[in-house]
Formats: sequence, structure tokens, C-alpha cells
Amino acid sequence: MSNIHDKELIRRMAEEAKRGRLSRREFMHYAVAAGLTASAATGMWSGVARAEPKRGGVFRWGIHDGNTSDTHDPGTYVTRQMIYLAHQIRSYLTMINPDNSLGPDLATEWSANPDATVWTFKLNERAVFHSGRKVTSADVIASLNHHRGDDSTSAAKALLTDVVDLQADGDHAVVITMARGNADLPWLMTDYHLAICPAMDNGKIDWKSADGCGPYKIEQGEIGLRWYLSRHDGWHGEGAYFDNVEMLILNDPNARQTALVTGDVDCVSLVELKTLALLKRSRDIEIDNVASGGAITMPMHCNVAPFDNVDVRNALKLCIDRQEIIDKIAFGAATMGNDFHLAPVQPYWPEDIPQRAYDPDQAKSLLKKAGMEGLSVSISTADSLFSGAVDMCVLYAEQAKKAGININVVREPNDGYYSDVWLKKPFCAVSWGSRPTPDVMFTLAYKSDAAWNESYWQNERFNELLLQAKAELDQERRADMYREMCLLMRDDGGTIIPFFNNFVYGRRSNVKHSGSLAASWECDGARAPSRWWFES
Amino acid sequence: MKDVLIIVLKRLGLGLITLFVISILIFGAVELLPGDIAEAVLGQGATEENVAAMRKQLGLDRPAPVRYLDWLSGAVVGDFGNSLVSGSNVSEVIAPRFANTLFLAAYAAVIAVPLAIILGVIVALLRNSVFDRVANVLTLTSISSPEFFLGYILILYLSVKTGYFPAIAKLSSDMSLLEVLHRTFLPALTMVLVVMAHMMRMTRAAIINLLASPYIEMARLKGTPAWKVIVKHALPNAWAPIINVVALNLAYLITGVVLVEVVFVYPGIGQLLVDAVTKRDFPVVQACCLVFAATFILLNLAADVGSILTNPRLRHPK
Repeated sequence: MSNIHDKELIRRMAEEAKRGRLSRREFMHYAVAAGLTASAATGMWSGVARAEPKRGGVFRWGIHDGNTSDTHDPGTYVTRQMIYLAHQIRSYLTMINPDNSLGPDLATEWSANPDATVWTFKLNERAVFHSGRKVTSADVIASLNHHRGDDSTSAAKALLTDVVDLQADGDHAVVITMARGNADLPWLMTDYHLAICPAMDNGKIDWKSADGCGPYKIEQGEIGLRWYLSRHDGWHGEGAYFDNVEMLILNDPNARQTALVTGDVDCVSLVELKTLALLKRSRDIEIDNVASGGAITMPMHCNVAPFDNVDVRNALKLCIDRQEIIDKIAFGAATMGNDFHLAPVQPYWPEDIPQRAYDPDQAKSLLKKAGMEGLSVSISTADSLFSGAVDMCVLYAEQAKKAGININVVREPNDGYYSDVWLKKPFCAVSWGSRPTPDVMFTLAYKSDAAWNESYWQNERFNELLLQAKAELDQERRADMYREMCLLMRDDGGTIIPFFNNFVYGRRSNVKHSGSLAASWECDGARAPSRWWFES
Repeated sequence: MKDVLIIVLKRLGLGLITLFVISILIFGAVELLPGDIAEAVLGQGATEENVAAMRKQLGLDRPAPVRYLDWLSGAVVGDFGNSLVSGSNVSEVIAPRFANTLFLAAYAAVIAVPLAIILGVIVALLRNSVFDRVANVLTLTSISSPEFFLGYILILYLSVKTGYFPAIAKLSSDMSLLEVLHRTFLPALTMVLVVMAHMMRMTRAAIINLLASPYIEMARLKGTPAWKVIVKHALPNAWAPIINVVALNLAYLITGVVLVEVVFVYPGIGQLLVDAVTKRDFPVVQACCLVFAATFILLNLAADVGSILTNPRLRHPK
């Protein structure tokens, strides 16, 4: 550090970090590269770069997906409006931390028996609802029961099918008994449906009142338009620096962007990628580009010719130029996929699996081996899947020509794509939201008997490992199992994964955050109001 | 006067029949849409099991005619039912939104109607002059551009670049009227630009048409100034077509504002209708469409009554 140039570099990095342009990870990376020791860099990050949060202000937040007919029923949460609101007014047992690890929310600690079939969650005794009543085990049990039973209409029902019993252990502990061991149960509790609501005397939850034990409470609001929240002083967590939060539903991309540019809002949850470069020019606006676990997949039905031949599947995986697709379709706001459905920001991501590259020559030779030269296939897609869904397939078709493969792009109607095309057409494009752990994702869409096994892939070893890993509490052994499963998906599976899409959101430059941002939802896991602050 | 009353009553009766037919059409159209409310609410995460459970809870497992008659029996006594999604009363859901839409329409109409008629008179007076040409070209350009485009242009120049007006019409109950007028000025101005041309050109055409009549020539010959000829002699006889066009445009201000509402995030009834259609929330869709239909029927009726009242020959038939 005797070098003056280095000092200047560190100073500039600190400046960038203060403006929120450099994440903690990047800061550490560059600082160590510049010759600092890791511990010195850590000290510097917390001491120099990271400003102390300040309390106060009204955080005005423009949100991209809301509908007038949404409700407060956690079982039918589907739009961002309600999911984000739930993260302000309600609490969950656990939460995803800004560094994407699992942390406590309403539950302070949790533990399992050795085969992971009986879980005990201890509740925070300080937690109170906005109405002033203490949060007890009965509330948690009623809230989870809302997603169970024959008459439940909850979309989270499938998540809790293995739960056989819920018992209160005193006022502040809940014991969950599972039919099969599940080491991921604490992760599942972050699912946005599983919000804790006050229980009524009949054991049902009172969701209509919108009471909860989250950091903010509703002052006034109208579904599909606007919510005005104020800080809940009895909140059990840390943060909630803003006095008030105003959530505005801005479905129109242009309205969102204009509102951010003119300063009518302090943050918007989604920025149009096409105009990202222009928006970045403004000194008043900071863009957060955060890798997520949401994936674009292209499943091929492994039980249908020609996709029943593994060489054909791998040839189709080799003739896609992922980088070009990321540059041109996702405008750079994406993380490259490697044909296994686990993103770098998710737990158990195996970092040592080599990236599959664009290699039309090898694809050609694989096809030759399979006796399928000049292969011709059709891929189904629709505009509504994600921005650029049709363009992506057209670009892929062009790239595949170099391997002598003819891909015919079929544009399907937007309405009913998931009931008429997905799982029915042998090769199509699909968009997946992020799931908290590999077990949830793999069980949902890759297990041989899964209802949504979109590639109809049957791999005995994979299914065996999946069941073993589910109940394995030893982290290292578990990580090894997921690594092997990822390799099987990559080399034998029927799904092409071109990329994981990033969350791209914008804020006024006087809005600050810690530099690390949770990848579960946009805006720091939808918890920006309780984690971010205004620079005075 | 008695004849006018009879006409009004007759037209109201016909209007009711029209509304009934429309309600059947809307019900049929919602039924034809792929997917139903259970699938729409549960989204991509729906399983067959909970879709079935939700259908049962909402009574969607009954045949369509039964559900329609069920709704109709409530509607004829003024109960439009509850929203299937949120469970709240449809009238309660629609009333504040419709009030917002009426406010915006009134705001735009108060500016547009006098402006259009005055401009219409002036261009008739100065017909074929440069002023006439410019006014025509400008109003025709604005009517030919899509509303959302006009909205973006206004936002760009009056909001982003100069900051005179806010880009989004964020309303809350504690705002003063002046503040509300300021916040909603850009959407109102967009609407004004959209409806101006039609009314202005109709006024111009109606007046010019009359200027060839012998009685106008008579007025001129006796030395009446040109503006007086138009205002005193031509305009009273031109009211009928003008009133019709004004009524048509007022109806458009209420029913055609969806795009403007989206661009300026204005909480009106159009946005509500779009939301209800995506969720297949039939009672809300039905109620919104009936409100729109009733608006058209009533404004058309008002236009007819207006033309009768401004025409002495119709007012006192032999």
C-alpha cells in the first residue's frame, strides 16, 4: 500500500461503494487484487465504504405488476403488488438475507431431529401484530394450515403436502412433523405464500383485515393503485429506516421510467432493458443489476423422437451461443446457464462444473454419431413468456444452422400457453421463477414422476440422489449430491438453459443500501423498505 | 313539451332493452375467453386440485345459463353482486373509480367543448385563411395520433424537460382541488387534444353549410357584421349537429380513456375493466360495460332532446 496509485484506487472504490455502485463482493475482489489483505478489506468495507443508515423519510416505490382484483389472501398471492406488500406488512418464519443466506425472521432459531422429519421453530417473543396482540404459536399454526386440507385453494398447497402434523410447544414454539425428511424446510418457510397472519378463534386466519407483524402497517390504500404504510414500532426486526412507505402500482413501463426520471418515485422495481443504457447516463439514478435464480428453459421431451437420443439433446445444447443471446436478447442483464437448473446465487451451486460453450462442430459430430445429420425440429414459443422470447428462439435457430440443424420457430398464442403448449409440445421455451433451494426446483420439474417434469426426463441415479439429499443434514455430503445431480442434468437431461435472468431495478441516487442485495425478489428480496435508507 | 317527455320515456325503455341485450353479449364474451377465474387467480402455480376447489367455492361448477340468471335476478333489483375475486360489492368497487373517470371527463370537457366551439366559429368566420388551415392541421394531427403517443409527448415536454406538471397522476384523498387539477392536467390535456378536432370541424362545417342560405344573405345585405351573422343567425340553427357531436365526444371521454389512464396511472374505470377482464371477474366486467353502455344511451338521449329544444320547429310541432 505504499504505492500512491493504489491509494487512489482504493479511494475511488470507496467512493463507488458509497454510491452503491460496487457490491461488497466486488469491493473485496478488487481490494484484494490491489494488494490489501482480506481482513483489511473487510474492515475497510464496513468502516469507509458503508455509510451508516439514517432514519426518516417517505420511500416512494413504483411497482410493476399489480391488479385491482388482487386480495390479501396469502394463498392466492400472485402479483408483485401483493408479494411486495406482504413483505412489508407481514412476517415469515425465516427470510433470505441480503447475502442470500437463510436468516431468522419471526423464528429466532430452528432445529430438526436426525432424519429431518420433526422440526422445531422457536418464535421471537417480542413479535406483535399491528393490532398490538402478541404473535403466538396458534397464529403460526393457523397460517400454515391455511395452505393445507382439502378445501384449501392455496397455490402453496403442494409445498406443504408432506406436513402431517403441526403442534404448539408452548406459546412461542411450533413443532412441524413431516411424512418424509426434508432438510430444506426452513428455506421453504420463506415462500411468499407462507405469511403469518393473526389466527381467529375458529383456527382460521383473519387475512381480510390485512393485519400482520411486519415492519410496516397500512395507513391507507387501494388494491391495484397505491398503498401508504407507516413504521410498525413494535417490529421484532432491525431496520425499517423510513418513516413511511408509499407503494404505487405503475404497470406501464414508460410511466415507471418517467416517474423515476422526474423524481415522482424514489425506486422502481423493474426497468425496461431496452432503455437501460440511456437511463444509466443520468447522475440522479442508480441501477441495480442483480443475478437471480429465475431461469429461461427450453425443455425437450426425452420420451419423444428425436429427443429420446442423448446425442441429439447434447447437440442441441451445444449449438446455442449463450453469450450472443445474453447480449442481444437480455441486453447483458443475465447470468449464463449451463443446462442445470441451479443459479450461482442459489445455495449448493457447484462452481467447478465447466461452462458448456458454443461448439457447432462438436454438435455436428454428435449428430453424425446418432445418424441424424441435417436434423430438423420445431420449437414453440410465445411473446408473453418474457421480453424477447420469440426473438431468442429465432436467434437460436440461426446459431444452430452452423451445426446443420434446422430449427423451425413456432409462435404460439399467449393465452393458455401454460395449459396448451407447455408439457404438450415436445420442444418449447419456458420461463421459471426462482425457487429457494435446488430440492424444491428439482422435485418440481425434474423428478421422474413430477407433474411438471417438463422434459419427461427419467434418470434413476438422479431420482435416487434427490431423495437422499432431501433428508441429508450434513452440508458437505449434500453439496456433493447436488453437484452430481447438476452434472447428470447437464450431460443427460433434456433441458437447455440459456440464461438466468437478472433483476434490474432503479433508484434515485439518494437512496442507499448495504451493497449486497438478496436475489429472491426485485429490490433486495422485496425488503428494500426495511433495509434501505435515504442519504441526508 | 309533452311530446319531448314521451320521447324521453320511450327512449329510456328502449335503453333498458339495449342494456339487457348487452349484458347477454358480455356474459357470452366472458364465457368465450379461454381459461376461467380460478385459473387466472391461481396463475401458473395452479394444480387441478385447487382449481377445482376454487371453482366450487365460487359456484363456477354450475352451468353458464344458471349463473347468468342468478346474476340477472340480482341486477334487476339493483344488486350487481360481488366481485368474484375480492368478494367486495361491485357497486362499492366501481363507484370511486367511476367518480374519478367522470371527474377527468368533466375536466377535459370543460376545456374542450367551449374551446372547440369558439375555435369552430372563428375558423368558419376566417374560412380558408391561414388561421383556418393551421387550426385544422393541428387538430387533425392530434386526433390522428394514438392517445398514448400524445400522452408521452406531453410528458416529455411538460414534465420531464420542464417539470411544470407531474408525469403520473398520483391522487390521494387529502389533496386540495387545486392540487388535484394540477396533478391531472396532463391526462386532461391529452383528452382535450383527442376530442377537439371532431367538435371543431363539425361546428365549422355546420356553420359554413348555413352561410349559403337565403336568410344569411338577407342578414348580410342589411349590413350585419360578419361575426354577428354567424353568432346570431347561423349558430342557433347549427346547434343540432354540434350537440350531437359534443355528446358523442363526451361519451368517448368516459368510455375511451383506458390508454390515457394507463399512461398517467390514473385510477379510473377503464383500468378497472382491463384488470377485471384479465381475471375473468364477470360481475365487475358486466357492471363496467353496463355503465359504459348506459353512458352512451343517456348522452345520445340528451343530444336528441337538446336538438329538439334548440329547434323551434321541433319544439312546437303542428
